[in-house]
Amino acid sequence: MILAVLLGFIFALLTPLWNRVFPKAFPFLFSALPILLFVFFAIKLEGIQGTNFIIEKNSWIPQLGIDLNFRLDGLSMLFSLMITGIGALVFVYTSYYLKGHIYLDRFYAYLSMFMASMLGVVLSDNLITLFIFWELTSISSFFLIGFNNEEKASRKSAMTALGITGFGGLVMLAGFVWIGSISGTYSLTELMNQPEVLKINPGYVWILILLFTGAFTKSAQFPFHFWLPGAMKAPTPVSTYLHSATMVKAGIFLLARFSPILGNSLEWNWTLTIIGAITMTYAAIHSLFRTDLKSILAYSTISALGILVFLIGLGTEDALLGAGLFILTHALYKAALFLITGIIDHETGTREVFKLSGLQHKMMPVAIAGYIAALSSAGVPFFLGFLSKEVMYEAVLNLPQAAALLTFLAVLTKIFLLVAGFWAGIKPFRGSVSDAAESAKMPSPRLWIPTTLLGFLSIAFGVFPGLVEKSLILPVLNSIAGYEVDTYLALWHGFNLVLLLSILTLVLGTGLYFYWKPSPEKFQATTRFSSLSPEHLLAVLGKGFQSFAERWTAFFQNGYLRNYVITILIFLSVLIGYRLFSGVYIYLDWNQISEITPSEFIVVSLMVTSIFFVVLSRSRTAAIVALGVIGFANCLFFLYYSAPDLAMTQFSIDTLTVLLFMLVLFKLPLNKTFSSPKIRIRDAIISLFFGTLIAILALEVFEEPSVREVSDYYADNAYILAKGRNVVNVILVDFRGFDTMVETVVLVIAAIGVFSLMYLNLNPIKKD
Amino acid sequence: MKSIIFRTSSKYLLPILLIFSVFILLRGHYLPGGGFVGGLMAALAFILHSFAFGLKETRNIIKVHPGFLMPLGLVFALVAGLAPWIFQEPFMTGLWYGEPLRMIGMVGTALIFDIGVYFVVIGSVLTVMFSIREII
Repeated sequence: MILAVLLGFIFALLTPLWNRVFPKAFPFLFSALPILLFVFFAIKLEGIQGTNFIIEKNSWIPQLGIDLNFRLDGLSMLFSLMITGIGALVFVYTSYYLKGHIYLDRFYAYLSMFMASMLGVVLSDNLITLFIFWELTSISSFFLIGFNNEEKASRKSAMTALGITGFGGLVMLAGFVWIGSISGTYSLTELMNQPEVLKINPGYVWILILLFTGAFTKSAQFPFHFWLPGAMKAPTPVSTYLHSATMVKAGIFLLARFSPILGNSLEWNWTLTIIGAITMTYAAIHSLFRTDLKSILAYSTISALGILVFLIGLGTEDALLGAGLFILTHALYKAALFLITGIIDHETGTREVFKLSGLQHKMMPVAIAGYIAALSSAGVPFFLGFLSKEVMYEAVLNLPQAAALLTFLAVLTKIFLLVAGFWAGIKPFRGSVSDAAESAKMPSPRLWIPTTLLGFLSIAFGVFPGLVEKSLILPVLNSIAGYEVDTYLALWHGFNLVLLLSILTLVLGTGLYFYWKPSPEKFQATTRFSSLSPEHLLAVLGKGFQSFAERWTAFFQNGYLRNYVITILIFLSVLIGYRLFSGVYIYLDWNQISEITPSEFIVVSLMVTSIFFVVLSRSRTAAIVALGVIGFANCLFFLYYSAPDLAMTQFSIDTLTVLLFMLVLFKLPLNKTFSSPKIRIRDAIISLFFGTLIAILALEVFEEPSVREVSDYYADNAYILAKGRNVVNVILVDFRGFDTMVETVVLVIAAIGVFSLMYLNLNPIKKD
Repeated sequence: MKSIIFRTSSKYLLPILLIFSVFILLRGHYLPGGGFVGGLMAALAFILHSFAFGLKETRNIIKVHPGFLMPLGLVFALVAGLAPWIFQEPFMTGLWYGEPLRMIGMVGTALIFDIGVYFVVIGSVLTVMFSIREII
């Protein structure tokens, strides 16, 4: 399985090569990848029946409990099949949709990277690995959403999506680490074997909050939903892939995955139910006011995700069955609708729903696929959507509490979703041919075959639920519930309240579809409330943050070197001063200090004289030379205390510094006065204070008991281990050779930095 | 810097300093010295020369752009680090050639590594100094 997960990354790495070698054929090469993986997973279906699962172990970082174990059970199987299956269709579709695009290779690389990370998310058995793949999906979707990177809106949406989902992922990581520290394992399989450990822990609620943040941001739950409609800036195949089958469902996957581990408590059930209910109704209402097909679909996707969270929150067997079924249903019909939207956009150049009609005369197969998808989303009998709707209604009706309210919300959402689905799948095709549809032609089979295939599956599974019931849906239910569930899925439940509600939904929904027409005016009407939307509030917050950052930067990074130095010195003085005056006892043992020799006295007086000279001198050159004298005097001290290496290095460095100063200062304009007396007094105070602090600090070092172990070790072993008598050099080239190697690299980088600063940046000015 | 004394002295100082820097480099493992100091010294020699005779003259003596010494040095250091792999030893293990040589002492990968450092230091210091001099 590890190869199956990582293959997408490998393919992505090889793109540039393949694009060179087979520029024409490489889309097909890529399309083979998901098909291959789909077959690979389909073969494994046998092994996951009932509550069985397949686990594959690969050690990665055993010291930290992080490994690349993969777990294939009902839930991950459903997702893997969706990811690879719909992935295959999207890959084929893209080969025509973006034909001739200059960045087609890049697009495929992102797409397969995304597929691989998504597979990693659903298959990982290890929480940390899951997190890594989770963030990889955010990153690769960032590239995909921002694929048209020359558009500002596209870049903005990509940033928003990355910001929100990435933030959620990090919060989730905290939750994972917490779980790991409580239960002592990052393995999902092991966690499932000991679910009670987490539930009785006082941190349980916090873990829930952390995990929910991750899941809600990823799955676009209220109030984090707004990144998803923005993400529609991506090319349509991406929207299909991200929004129907994969990325946004990652949050749902996480909730379903943790349902047996953390679920079935009051906090879990109610939070998810409430958030899910808000999201599904809110987004369903929103979708009625949109006119852009993709926007309609985006909101109906959010609503569908809300339904899933809601169902997982209810937590009853019926509800979980409904969730499992609806994941599949939604993936099939939503992917079809997105692909159809892409075709419409490709052929007519518009996605405004009120401008489109009569397309069935131009592209019959697409129209049929659209009808099937719309009817499936509406939940008409004989379509897969009907089954999932029935199960959902049954689940809400049988609730012990608040059944009436939740049923009402569920029916309402379904009615609105029906309308949204009809707009996307039926409206553009019916009626007389509109102006926009005039120029449309029958698209390439590579575009419409994937769509019809999805539609065909919606019918096939709807008419013969036995096809997926035992083999796929039941294992999913088992893995969400955490135990073996026996259930019966059928087309006909008999005449009862559930069926009545279904009929009510269909009738009211169809009525609303004929009564309520999408128009730009209605869209305008909603914009009045946009100042209250979470999106707007976040934007305000972001603006405030930015203006604060600008002010902060303007204050501290004002471009004057002297101000930088002053800031740094004051900051350090305060920091060190605080530490020194709060708790450090300064004590100097005069007896331990040896007598001053004449040579030391001479050198020190040399230094002091030079310091006065530097401060009081009116000539730059003299000041620099005096600074050099101080450095050289320091070298003498190193020599006295038997550190010739240091002395030599210091000597060379000092010479270099003086030369460098000379070079630069000679070219500076000659100021008559350097600074006003006031500034000089201020500087003097600051430097005196700072210097005193450093001096105290240096004296403080004597107080610390010196540890001789390290130096003794080097002294003893320098010749034995490294065959050198000069300990300093031996440490540099042998004991700590790796450090030196990295330092040389740093040196090179610095030199290149100076070089490029000099030649690249200043050249234009020189030319002027 | 048109002083005749300075010019004459730096003319003779250049080779002397260079030889001295190599000397310092080679004795580094046993006595004070090493690649870093040696490199600084060599760089100083060239810089002094460039102060006396101008940048162009010094560049003519060096022939190559000093920047080329940086990758060269890195390669030396890397080779010294990788060499133990041939003998199935961990990265950067010191390898030594039998008997000590006169003046230099034992010859081994540590010395090659030091030579790498020497070149990197000369290269980067000269690159920085020369580019600043040239532009300003």
